[in-house]
Amino acid sequence: MIDPLRYRKVVNGVMTGATFICALAVLAILFAILGYIVAQGIAALNIDFLTKLPKPVGESGGGIAHAIVGSMLLIGIAILLGLPSGILAGLYLAEFGKNKLGRFIEFVTDILAGTPSIIVGIFAYTLIVLPMKRFSAFAGGAALALIMIPIITRTTQEIIQLVPQTLREGALALGAPQWRVTLGVVLRSAAGGVATGVMLAIARVAGETAPLLFTALGSHHWSTALDRPVASLTVTIYDYAKAPYDDWHAQAWAGALVLVMMIGMTNLAVRLFTHSRYSGTHP
Amino acid sequence: MPEHRLVDHDLNRLRDKVLLIGGEAERAVAEAMQAFISRDSQRARAVVDHDDAIDAIELEIDDLCIDVLALRPPVAGDLRFVMTCARIAPVLERIADHACNVARHALALNLEPQVKPFIDLPEMGRLAVEMVHASMDAFATRDVSQARALILRDHRIDDLYNQIFRELLTYMIEDPRTISRATHLLFAAKHLERIADYVKNVCEQVVYMVEGRVIKHVGIE
Amino acid sequence: MMTKAKLAMPVNLLEKSTAEPMKRPALDSKVTIEQLNFFYGPVQVLFDISLTMPSRRVTAFIGPSGCGKSTLLRTLNRMNDIIPHARLQGRVKIDGTDIYQTGMDVVRLRQRVGMIFQKSNPFPRSIFENVAYGLRINQLVRSRRELDERVEQALQQAALWDEVKDRLKESAFGLSGGQQQRLCIARALAIRPDVILMDEPASALDPIATQKIEELIVRLKEEYTVVIVTHNMQQAARVSDHTAFFWMGRLIEFDPTEKMFTKPAHQMTEDYITGRFG
Repeated sequence: MIDPLRYRKVVNGVMTGATFICALAVLAILFAILGYIVAQGIAALNIDFLTKLPKPVGESGGGIAHAIVGSMLLIGIAILLGLPSGILAGLYLAEFGKNKLGRFIEFVTDILAGTPSIIVGIFAYTLIVLPMKRFSAFAGGAALALIMIPIITRTTQEIIQLVPQTLREGALALGAPQWRVTLGVVLRSAAGGVATGVMLAIARVAGETAPLLFTALGSHHWSTALDRPVASLTVTIYDYAKAPYDDWHAQAWAGALVLVMMIGMTNLAVRLFTHSRYSGTHP
Repeated sequence: MPEHRLVDHDLNRLRDKVLLIGGEAERAVAEAMQAFISRDSQRARAVVDHDDAIDAIELEIDDLCIDVLALRPPVAGDLRFVMTCARIAPVLERIADHACNVARHALALNLEPQVKPFIDLPEMGRLAVEMVHASMDAFATRDVSQARALILRDHRIDDLYNQIFRELLTYMIEDPRTISRATHLLFAAKHLERIADYVKNVCEQVVYMVEGRVIKHVGIE
Repeated sequence: MMTKAKLAMPVNLLEKSTAEPMKRPALDSKVTIEQLNFFYGPVQVLFDISLTMPSRRVTAFIGPSGCGKSTLLRTLNRMNDIIPHARLQGRVKIDGTDIYQTGMDVVRLRQRVGMIFQKSNPFPRSIFENVAYGLRINQLVRSRRELDERVEQALQQAALWDEVKDRLKESAFGLSGGQQQRLCIARALAIRPDVILMDEPASALDPIATQKIEELIVRLKEEYTVVIVTHNMQQAARVSDHTAFFWMGRLIEFDPTEKMFTKPAHQMTEDYITGRFG
């Protein structure tokens, strides 16, 4: 005879334990990766590494300042190209997209979001690099923008659909024209969520390598020109990691550490931003 | 009425209490008249003694009305019903008071020999009892035509009263020794006449309750 | 129907106005609905509604859920325009002008016919900016000083000024539910409409906040024509001068409120307000 209360308690305990172990496993893997990167990368990480250009092969020391700046440049271009179109497309889908065209755009956006990034790279290569006859920062930024757009579009749409209809009606009832309602009230009240979407999109493209191989190419020199090849953290890590030199390997690890920290900080910024300004205050 | 509402419980209790005080008032008038006619002092005293119980019912109705108004504010027909109960309970209580007064006059008269055989007074009493009864009927069945008919019947009691008045006047002129006893008789008749007036008030409230129409001070038309 | 009711009720025992009757203009009609039919796609939700609402009075719409009272309210500032497949027949006149005539400026209409919603809906802005919003987008003020004055005035009218005057720059979300609703009323009052529509303005509020809103409504009719939809019949009885009872998309009865709640003309009204159905 099994006591039902005892039985329930046992089952409850087993299930709780199982979920806890799974969570622990995920955390363990994450910390293993992070720990390994830190352990491997911390040795080569110093001020010079962050501020100096690379030394020629054979010389020790040097840094990847060009790649850090290059990554920022690429992301900046991607934001400039992808942010407005992504947000506006999301706005359109949420506010006016309840029709065939809207559903078609949603469909296309989802396909774009699911497209492997290397294909996006080849696309940018064909459309920008080949006609311009050179690899360029602009082509790299455009490729990253293409990856960003569907992410921003869909998160913006989701967030804006969460804005209560009564808020729109409230503004319309005050005699506000539709476009002012959309920009001044709807988008504004969704700002926190949209910002989160944008930050996540940035974090996502910051880690992309494949689309940059065909577009920004990479460089060992200092360059901020939009029509020249430019270095990026990911491609630099890729190059250094497959090189036959031990000190390059160490620098690749350090570069990986810098990249992880940058993405981590972006995520942290998202958390702080959304918590301090918007959480708990939205009706 | 498809559903039973919370307020129905209170309204039913209220109606039962009003019918109870109406029945008590009617019985008081009937008993007082019996005591009067049969010169039964014991019976008359019983009527006077019972008045406190009737007063208590009136207070109960008061409380019930206030509770309903405070806790389940009624509207429309319910509101008119509660207002009607609140208004007719004191009227019925006063009818019972008048019955007591009739009984008191009976007690006084029983100490002396009878002036004359009663003819019109029993008829008046019978009529008053009948009218009280009919008004409560009209209230219970929401019968406005009966209520209106009763209002028009009031004049018959008035006629009887005037007749008794004239008759007693002649007695008093003929034999001044009868003045004290005749006055008691006259007062008793006056009380019965007042009871009929109160019945009229009850009937006016019944019309208001059912139709929402105010006919007091205005007349039936 | 209304005139008849007025003749039958020569003495208005429940006159709610605190102002002397002399100050109040005669009952001229402000909003007139003529033979209005309303459809959501193939479904007809309002049937042949004709109704005249007097100026500077509170008119309450009551009736069971889904009776069409909110839909009717929303026809008065063409808020139903934003609902796809909504269709309307008949006329709605405000001050004699058909608001559904071609060429009608809906934005201008909504400046004249303000609306308060069931759930308070402050914008994600400061208290001050919420009230200033309508003034800014409609360019109703010329200077910063005028803007400040109009905002203060509106908050005063909505009986909120004393509670918020020291925190105008703070977020509107920091206010309590009742304060948020009064803020929304202030926001609507700021652009000085003639008519104010209220769609169950107190249904989400506690009794004290509700009482404040009700007192406000009664005060507002000194200057505005108020139309309020409410589920709370006692509320309709407390604040309104006229009450319209709707059932299944039809207007069953429209009468002075005191008549409606003491001796309704229609048996269905009686059954509804005494709680026998609905």
